Amino acid sequence: MAEPKVQRRLRPWQTLPDGLRAYRAVLASRGRSQASYRASFRMDLVGAVLVGLIEFSEVWVLYSATDQIGGFTLAQILLVFGLADLAFSLADLVAGHCDNLPVYVRAGTLDVFFLRPQPVLAQLITSDLSLRRLARSLVGATALTAGLVLNDIDWSAGTVGLLVLALVCGFVIFSAQFVTAAGLQFFLINGSEMTNAFVYGGRYAATQPANVWPRALLVVFGAIFPVAFAAYLPVSTLLGAPGPAGLPTWVGWCAPVAALWAVVFAWLCWRWGLRHYRGAGG
Amino acid sequence: MRPLPSLTRNPYWRFLVAGIRGQSAYPLATVAGLVANATFGLLKGGIMGAAVASSGGELAGYSAATMAAFVWLGQGMLGSVNLSGRSDLQTRIKSGDVAVDFLRPVSVQAAHILTDVGKGLFALLPRGLPSVVIGVLVSGMALPPDAAAYALGLASLLIGITVSHATIYAVATSGFWLVETRGVSVLYMALSGFFTGLFTPIYLFPDWLLTVALLTPFPSMMQFPIDVLSGQVTGAAAGQRIGVQLVWLAVVLAVGHLTTRAGRRRLEVQGG
Repeated sequence: MAEPKVQRRLRPWQTLPDGLRAYRAVLASRGRSQASYRASFRMDLVGAVLVGLIEFSEVWVLYSATDQIGGFTLAQILLVFGLADLAFSLADLVAGHCDNLPVYVRAGTLDVFFLRPQPVLAQLITSDLSLRRLARSLVGATALTAGLVLNDIDWSAGTVGLLVLALVCGFVIFSAQFVTAAGLQFFLINGSEMTNAFVYGGRYAATQPANVWPRALLVVFGAIFPVAFAAYLPVSTLLGAPGPAGLPTWVGWCAPVAALWAVVFAWLCWRWGLRHYRGAGG
Repeated sequence: MRPLPSLTRNPYWRFLVAGIRGQSAYPLATVAGLVANATFGLLKGGIMGAAVASSGGELAGYSAATMAAFVWLGQGMLGSVNLSGRSDLQTRIKSGDVAVDFLRPVSVQAAHILTDVGKGLFALLPRGLPSVVIGVLVSGMALPPDAAAYALGLASLLIGITVSHATIYAVATSGFWLVETRGVSVLYMALSGFFTGLFTPIYLFPDWLLTVALLTPFPSMMQFPIDVLSGQVTGAAAGQRIGVQLVWLAVVLAVGHLTTRAGRRRLEVQGG
């Protein structure tokens, strides 16, 4: 009878295999290090929520000043904004740290990652955990909830399935953008803003009704970096709204195809970048 | 009496030039910035254009052409003003390097602000102008109506860039008390972008929010220069915008001066 008791006292992560326990220790230390400058940490958390609130305010100001944009009212765009923002902030929590790759490359610290018996990408992702990014996801979740309440939605298993599918695929698509950007960073030292165009530009694009874009943007954010599949297309399907010209209403269900493409593209970029890397000194 | 040093040997002039030259050393960073600028500009232009169209061709005093001017002039200014809230001073306070700055026989405040203004001015050439050219080509944006609008607009632009960097300096001096100021930067980034008119013109705000915005230095950094440069306001109204900008410049410079003096006494650098 003693054994189950011991089992119960174990916290969930202590049952993890040894390999993962190392990551846990690292992540916990990152959390503590961020909390040690208290004033700044609190401001960091408040700031993260505030950034989200202000991004929402931009949408609110714009849709309040007009009746509708691209066929979407304020209540309807809440769904698009909430879904896109929630998926992005979760992806940012997990993979957002890939943004710091150029710093590691320039300082030569990336070389250390190659010496350890774990995948470089896994180490890069766990090399920092920003607690503020968790606070950030509250804004998207709130907007999504408000959107679900305010709109007249025909609830069924299909509706719930579509929402969950959109959220998971959105998360995968945005995470893949971070990894794609990291892969390209091996070539673009000092040029990280170029990848910001599709990582953060993609976040901004995902919160918009895509039918207001010029054709060039439809190709970039509808196909190459398929963020239109993260929120706008599933929500169009959900509301039964007509999609961009020529597309059937069920196109929102194709989000997994877009997610798969984003992952393949990210994997190729990361492999290509990693092979190109020759070390930076020392 | 020593002769007055010539302009080219004046240390403050050299800080300005150093800023310009430092920035010109990274051409790839400039191209990258332009790509990001253009992408965001197209996205912003698409949604703002649709907003004007759905309001019957006129929204808060903007037509399709002047809204395009708002979007693309704003994109062009992004490389020249600091809306990220991060600065060299912030890093130098945390690392203790600022102690070296205090040993130099020049004003720490002037040196930092001038270097950043120099960077900002340089960015106008490879980032500002191309953004405006792209805007003209893809969107048919409105241009300043006459030579006076250009002259006033450029003056307003220069003051706007200086207000931005002088404000960043004053904000960074909070590091003398807080040491780690990343949280302050995040707060600054959130507020400055919203109130400076980065995504929507502040004139679209409801009245109470517009009043709040006008009580901050942020509109003086981008919204006012864009107003004047695009010819959205002219004559006396343009002069009034520039007057408000100058008042804010004086305020943020004074705040930065006082916090530098107080912070210097507080500064404690470890190591040796």
